[in-house]
Amino acid sequence: MDLKKRVEQYLGPEGLVVAMTECQGDLSAEVPKRNILDVMHLLRDTPDLGFNFLSDVFGVDNLDLNKPKKKPKKKTEEGEGAEAEEEPKEKGPSPPRYEVVYLLLCFERNERLQVKVRVAEDDMEVDSLYPIWKASDWPEREIFDMFGIRFKGHPNLKRLLMWDDFPAHPLRKDYPLEGQGEERHLVYDD
Amino acid sequence: MNQNPTSQTSYESDNYVTINIGPSHPSMHGTLRIITMTDGETIVKAEPDIGYLHRGVEKLGESLTYHQFIPITDRLNYCSAIPNNVSYEMAVEKLMGVEVPEKAQLIRVIMMELARIADHQVCIGILGVDLGAFTPFFYLIIQREEIYEIFEWFNGARLTNTFGRIGGVDADLPDDFEERWEELKPNVRKANEETEKLLTHNRIWMDRTIGISAFSAEDALNRGFTGPCLRACGVKRDLRIDEPYCMYDKFKFEVPVGKNGDVFDRYIVRMIEMEESLKIIDQAYKLYKEMPSDAPLMARVPKVIKPPAGEVYSALESPNGELGFFVKSNGSANPYRIRIRPPCYMMFQALPELVKGEMVADLIACISSLNIIAGELDR
Amino acid sequence: MGEIQAYNGGGWIATKLEWLINWGRKRSPWPLPFGTACCGIEMMCALAAGYDMARFGAERPSFSPRQADVLIQAGTINLKLAPVFKKIYDQMAEPRCVISMGACASSGGVFRTYATLQGIDKLVPVDIYIPGCPPRPEALLQALLMFIEKTEKSQPITHKKYSDLLVGT
Repeated sequence: MDLKKRVEQYLGPEGLVVAMTECQGDLSAEVPKRNILDVMHLLRDTPDLGFNFLSDVFGVDNLDLNKPKKKPKKKTEEGEGAEAEEEPKEKGPSPPRYEVVYLLLCFERNERLQVKVRVAEDDMEVDSLYPIWKASDWPEREIFDMFGIRFKGHPNLKRLLMWDDFPAHPLRKDYPLEGQGEERHLVYDD
Repeated sequence: MNQNPTSQTSYESDNYVTINIGPSHPSMHGTLRIITMTDGETIVKAEPDIGYLHRGVEKLGESLTYHQFIPITDRLNYCSAIPNNVSYEMAVEKLMGVEVPEKAQLIRVIMMELARIADHQVCIGILGVDLGAFTPFFYLIIQREEIYEIFEWFNGARLTNTFGRIGGVDADLPDDFEERWEELKPNVRKANEETEKLLTHNRIWMDRTIGISAFSAEDALNRGFTGPCLRACGVKRDLRIDEPYCMYDKFKFEVPVGKNGDVFDRYIVRMIEMEESLKIIDQAYKLYKEMPSDAPLMARVPKVIKPPAGEVYSALESPNGELGFFVKSNGSANPYRIRIRPPCYMMFQALPELVKGEMVADLIACISSLNIIAGELDR
Repeated sequence: MGEIQAYNGGGWIATKLEWLINWGRKRSPWPLPFGTACCGIEMMCALAAGYDMARFGAERPSFSPRQADVLIQAGTINLKLAPVFKKIYDQMAEPRCVISMGACASSGGVFRTYATLQGIDKLVPVDIYIPGCPPRPEALLQALLMFIEKTEKSQPITHKKYSDLLVGT
């Protein structure tokens, strides 16, 4: 059976799948944040799905995803420059800012699945997958380092790539590329 | 004492010595730091501390265009730059739905397998140096210069060859490739033979590598291992066969699988893979010669690449393991998010389990055999 | 004649002694190969058999700063590594020289980001810059030859920065 139908069959009944999207052959399932551990257990233990390998875990910051593209102002329409801009469309509440994406792989059938969890800015805590797959150890530390999302149940949640006292979370969209002038000052005991 | 106290300090630290194998260390593996607590010479706990080569590549990608990011991908796994380039290009091509012409795919295969040979040569050479065997390193590096000459003559650069373009390759193989290849093939075999004669049945080498940091297959799968280290543990998994890309399903080659997952198995797996790469290049070149000389090398892609909004993940079998790129686009000319899945990242996080109970000298052997490349680890 | 004078342009003995010291120094520049990134691979190729650096006297690459003459910085230094690098430079004994190999070490290179130090000359005084990304091994050999030329003309005794050592003689 098609992978999409199988995922809907096993995860759908309990409302564990919020949305499924497909892009150029890559299937992506969005799951509510509080159910992530149950979903992963189901995905691993159901023989029909059998996703036994966690390939990667990473975060995405969707702050600028729908930013309107700046149109170049034409020189001839000087007086109409202000009116030519589109008014921002009225939308509902914006979707949660961050996403944590898990990449899973099934060895027998060579199938891949992306599982996404949306994390809002006011509740940045997700259950850690360390009890299921130890491969999530360092990727989750890196998400904490780069985005600031905490993982509950992680054995050693410290910064990984930046030094321990680094004050910001670099991969967020509002952090400038060239940094804010941080420096590391090491104090040696001798 | 150490700057970052280890998290689980339930050991009586009076009896244990803390050794900091610091960011500047004598093995040629790039900058990484391992804080070991040893009981005499036996390691009780080893905690790696990385990030000393973190250059912010993923964030840099968000401010460059799709084409401008290709040279940055060279600097990830700098021992073999071409699989990095091709992996990124394949991810963007998948996002755009572009199909690469066959001739370009064959050229990509030839270059990627040459890069695989180069990477394994330097890995085995450095493994020898770290264990005290200097001679194979010199033999392999001299031979590797010939592969560098081919890269330079085709791409323009020895090491950071920005190979290929999104949609194919930019230039054809020059006319005298056949002579160069026929000259290179026996030289690679000779260098490998010399290395085998010196190392494989050498009593000292076997004592120092057999049984060191053995890892079972279930643990390796749980930890996310891929590549030669997973194959050395006994799991037959190779993306060139399981999820074929770039016409790999048309070539016949063997995939070596080890038994114990120790340093010796990883070394043997790499030696055999070098020989298999030579066979693949032969078959690819034969197919290439049958193509007409005016076959297209690039698919039709617009000058300014603006993929449709969406996100894809595409992976290929780099010399170290599964190297994947996740590219998310929001329709503009700059990628919205690029995530690089580095193979040695997953393997290095298993270090505490790999070296528990070994000696400090075996720790160095273990790291060398995992082929930790700091550029890829820290990005 | 025979006076050791503690300022530039010392007497005959001082200059001859300097010539002897420099003759010894220039024949054995022991490098500290601080290779972090891609330039480290090219430095390794320069140290190995193809482009042998040992024929210029760099026979013993020492990873201990106390025993090294030349610090070859090959690769990017980022902000996390910067204090460590400075400490290693401080531990080297005078006279010492720093060769900054590659674009990343000289100026940050391709990586103008939050994590990269834009050039090691923000931390240590650099003697020789080698451009390239990565530079060819022959470029590193040329830098070593430039170091040898520089050593021939250096003044380990009579330079005014050592003048306080010779007060009273």
